Amino acid sequence: MTVNQTTTGQPDLIDVRVTRSRRNTLWSGLGALIVIVVLFRLPYFAGPGTTGIMIQGLIVLTLASMWNLLAGYAGLVSVGQQAFLGLGAYFVLIPAMHGITPWFGLVIATVAAGACALPLWWLVARLRLGYFAIATWVLASAVMLVVEQISSIGGGTGMPLPGISGYDPAVLTADTYWAALTVAVLAIGGVYLLLRSRVGLVLTSIRDDEKAARSNGVRVGFARLLVFVVAAAGCGAAGGVLAIQQLQVVPGTAGGVFSVQWTAEMAFATIIGGIGTIEGPIVGTIVFMVLQQKLQSYNAWYLMVLGLVAIVIAIFARRGLWGTIDERFNIRLFPVGYHLWAPGERRGRKRAAAHTAQ
Amino acid sequence: MFGVMKVVNLAHGDLAVVAGYIGVGVIAVTHMPVLWSIPVVVAAMAIVGYILQRSVIQSALSRGELTTLIVTFGLSIIIENGLQQFFTANSRGLGVGDTFITDSFLIGSQIIIPYLNLAIFIIAVVVLLGLQQYLSFSRYGRLIRAVADDREAAQLSGADYRHVFGIAAAIAFGTVAIAGMFQGMITTISPTLGTDTILLFAFASVVIGGLGSLWGTLLGGVILGVAQAVGAQFNPSYETLAGYGVFLLVLVVRPQGLISQGATS
Repeated sequence: MTVNQTTTGQPDLIDVRVTRSRRNTLWSGLGALIVIVVLFRLPYFAGPGTTGIMIQGLIVLTLASMWNLLAGYAGLVSVGQQAFLGLGAYFVLIPAMHGITPWFGLVIATVAAGACALPLWWLVARLRLGYFAIATWVLASAVMLVVEQISSIGGGTGMPLPGISGYDPAVLTADTYWAALTVAVLAIGGVYLLLRSRVGLVLTSIRDDEKAARSNGVRVGFARLLVFVVAAAGCGAAGGVLAIQQLQVVPGTAGGVFSVQWTAEMAFATIIGGIGTIEGPIVGTIVFMVLQQKLQSYNAWYLMVLGLVAIVIAIFARRGLWGTIDERFNIRLFPVGYHLWAPGERRGRKRAAAHTAQ
Repeated sequence: MFGVMKVVNLAHGDLAVVAGYIGVGVIAVTHMPVLWSIPVVVAAMAIVGYILQRSVIQSALSRGELTTLIVTFGLSIIIENGLQQFFTANSRGLGVGDTFITDSFLIGSQIIIPYLNLAIFIIAVVVLLGLQQYLSFSRYGRLIRAVADDREAAQLSGADYRHVFGIAAAIAFGTVAIAGMFQGMITTISPTLGTDTILLFAFASVVIGGLGSLWGTLLGGVILGVAQAVGAQFNPSYETLAGYGVFLLVLVVRPQGLISQGATS
């Protein structure tokens, strides 16, 4: 009886369904799996040169995904992510100096960089947007200066990475590649799962209206802290891979692990690809790597061109390349929002953008 | 610029360096004395500021603060790498030939004060005073404050806010140009100096002094300078670290700054 009443009381709601995506995610999931398998097999048929470039690309991809999580979803525009990249590199170096293999060092680097983010967050948590950006920059500089004071880990000149001297170069490149691929896949997967969880919903509510979210009891500060720590851990892992790839850790702002160029690369890749979408950093990294390979004989020109492209996209196509594709074709490889199906609406029929949440 | 347009310009320090390099170029071409080249550079930077504001920054501003940050960060990276391409990474100084500038005088027997540093401190205070008077009493000063208070209302009264923002940017760029020239005169300038030193320390002074307080910023600058000098006494490599240390300490202990705005926070 009661069941009947509720259904007759809300007759309009019978036909309403809510799903993650307008399209079937099975195909895109299968596609992602095939891509990962192909990428996994790459060292068997590509030369060490190509594999080396791919390692760089995967490092940038990991960094860009983390920066996208910070800036695109939590509104935290950090210009100091190189601090965590550098710390990650050092947290691979230090255990390696005590006989721990760098591969396990990657795990240490991830956890330790995340742990370092906790006290640093406490310093910058109050600041917003522009002030947050510069404060993270100051923090990164301070972290670098402190690290450069410690002479036992190379001081201001850096140190070669011990513990991998016995490797065959080809095997080392392949192993590094697989480590980089694992880190990148875990980073993107982690961001995807995080955004699908409650935290993702909290972040969306903060982005739409922070005061309203706060007054509804949303733990705004905790969500931001979580994102900051996760992004730091991801950048730490990428820094660890970088240390293994370069076989050394060099501090300093010019070309070293604490260079702001790293944040520039991750930010530009994210913006070009499309900030605030998980696919954006992937597309952006591909564009980034192509540009870098084309312009690498012109030294720092590639970063200037990238900066220019990023500025133009930030002004004229705010959602980036992927955002433009998504608007046109309504494709989401990694759906994190919900779609409310109107009564009678079916898959594949006219696009009803108004119904698509997020 | 921070106050009027609510812009945090991440390229601010790099603009000072650009001004320094323009100074190097102007002196190399015209062979004019360093002091005379300052007005030329300031005027050039003011024009650059107006154009940049009307073209790039304005369109970024109308798209929100995130876009503004991204655009100014992009500018910062482009300027730094561009300067490195054209002027190499070597540092340069603005040669100061005048003996007045290289001389110094003594207070007591211990403290040596070069005339140049004293002159720069006085000029900094004069510029601050002048800016305050200009914003308070001149026609454009009133316009700038009106637009900062309420853009729509000012627009209804006939003010073209884009032009006013352009003027404000021109003033900001001109002030930055003075700073860049002084930097080149005291020590040297290099492409990465803009963020490594100028932007981060400018920001640290603002935070130490208290956001939005003009005189607080001056106090913050003095405190930073003293902290660095004291740090350098222990170990030359502690100089910058001591400055950051004071900044972080203020951030933890008194986040509203030493001269707080009272009720606003």
